[in-house]
Amino acid sequence: MKKLNTKFWLGIIVALAFYGLVQVLLTIGIFNDVTRSMLLLVGVNVMLAVSLNLINGITGQFSIGHAGFMSVGAYTSAILTLDYDVPFVLAIIAGGIVAAVFGVLIGMPTLRLNGDYLAIATLGFGEIIRIVLLNTEYVGGASGLSGIPAKTTWTIIFFFTLFTVILINNFIRSTHGRACLAIRENEIAAEAMGINTTLYKVIAFTIGALFAGMAGGLSAHTFYVITPGSFNFLKSFEILVMVVLGGLGSTAGSIVGAVFVTLLYTYLREFPEWRMIIYSIVLILMMIFRPSGLLGKTKINFGKLGKKEAKGNGSIDSSTP
Amino acid sequence: MEYFIQQLINGISVGSIYALIALGYTMVYGIIKLINFAHGDIFMVGSFIGLYSAKFLSNAGLPPVLVLLLSLIISMTMSSLLGITIERLAYKPLRKSTRIAALITAIGVSFLLEYVGVLILGPQAKGFPDIMVKKQYQLFGSSIQVDSNQVMILITTIVLMIILQYIVRYTKTGKAMRAVSFDMEAARLMGINVDRTISATFAIGSALAAAAGVIFGMTYNSVDPLMGVMPGLKAFVAAVLGGIGSIPGALVGGLLLGTVETEISSLGYSSWRDGVAFAVLILILIFKPSGLFGKNVREKV
Repeated sequence: MKKLNTKFWLGIIVALAFYGLVQVLLTIGIFNDVTRSMLLLVGVNVMLAVSLNLINGITGQFSIGHAGFMSVGAYTSAILTLDYDVPFVLAIIAGGIVAAVFGVLIGMPTLRLNGDYLAIATLGFGEIIRIVLLNTEYVGGASGLSGIPAKTTWTIIFFFTLFTVILINNFIRSTHGRACLAIRENEIAAEAMGINTTLYKVIAFTIGALFAGMAGGLSAHTFYVITPGSFNFLKSFEILVMVVLGGLGSTAGSIVGAVFVTLLYTYLREFPEWRMIIYSIVLILMMIFRPSGLLGKTKINFGKLGKKEAKGNGSIDSSTP
Repeated sequence: MEYFIQQLINGISVGSIYALIALGYTMVYGIIKLINFAHGDIFMVGSFIGLYSAKFLSNAGLPPVLVLLLSLIISMTMSSLLGITIERLAYKPLRKSTRIAALITAIGVSFLLEYVGVLILGPQAKGFPDIMVKKQYQLFGSSIQVDSNQVMILITTIVLMIILQYIVRYTKTGKAMRAVSFDMEAARLMGINVDRTISATFAIGSALAAAAGVIFGMTYNSVDPLMGVMPGLKAFVAAVLGGIGSIPGALVGGLLLGTVETEISSLGYSSWRDGVAFAVLILILIFKPSGLFGKNVREKV
């Protein structure tokens, strides 16, 4: 327990040091606006990937409707700041909560399905959310909402991302997280051991939706404009790609995957014709030669940095309370 | 009532396109349990091959019926070669790995086909040549109209279905396909060349998608490199609707989805059309997850 705490605080310190460094670089102007918006995008994508990983990687429920929750959060928070002058952070949290409510509503009926059927159902729900937004005059229809105040800053995005990672990582290590892992490994056995599988699936789905909604709100307040078209199933695929490229089931992997995909996307912008081609080839080659992702099943473990861990068992057992 | 029947007829032509694409999805899923997201893009490639061969053959001065037949055959052959190539290069190395890895690869292949298409052909839509002069036929005293394209689509679909049914039921390849989809390991032990059978499945599925592509071009007169995305997804919905893995299911699912969509559009809710398609999908999944024609598989502990 004590070991976990030192590792935990060490992780926080490393993260805060990174935050401070970037903040300084931004203030003195070594990082320009392009880098800044890329950093914000990285933060949003890390939140999306880590939250999808909780559903897909940890609980083993194959969901490809994450962009739907993202759009719910984005629209809710944008309407709150635009029309009701709700404080920014509150609006983001409200967006997350509304997305979580959608998560419960969608999760309850669909999570009885398994495997590919669940994937298709979540894809369908994601598309339905998009089409409803497309046909709602109040939120601007196909042209979406514009003039959203760009209130997302590096500080805001950093602390939201840190909060997401810590909360989800702690959830995974808790009793409830263990239950989710058990469902992934063998649902029937988990049920036989007395785990309420439906409940835990819905919980994981809801937490995932909550953070996807917050990420959506943050991205809406970064780019001024949101349209239903930017939350289609291709966006869901993009998040899934981050999770799988990083390593399904690993929070650290999701972070690495999100950073990798965002950087790849941003730097390939210089070759617009070749961007998607290179991206898709990277995708195919990665899956053929390293199907377990960049990090495999590696867990976040800052203990190694401090060289305090003599036994070197960085696996999940070392952090069991 | 007449209006309803008119829309039903229109729906059948859209539905035929969905049905032909859905067959490829359902066959590939039935055999290797992979949602082949690149299938919609093979449909796009087939459409473009059809466009260029139709242009070339019309300029060569062939009669329209021959142009249509030849461009269908050229497009189907080349697309099935493409399907086999994709299977060999991208999916075969992943046969032993997780299904999610295979799915991501399929998404990658889909992007690759789309954006190589954009790179070579440009993102603008291209006009599909009128292979045949459209003729209007009046049925039941001019209240219902059918044009020659719709008749041609229906005939093409029916002929292809009969050929497919023949291949699956009565040829050795078809028998092998059914065996592999039933139990791949057992089929291998019985001396069936599983790899070749999977390639054959991809070839047939891709050929059907290409035929759908040519028909799509003739119906809507406009093709572009990203056109495969939505029909591909819809066809997939159709496959699930009919029961994924079931060939008659794909046909019925496609036709059903096509007619439902056309009826919705004709009632003036065309922007809700896709939403209704997905709502139907979710209702089917919740109440009868195996689809209309699917088998109920009991999970064994």
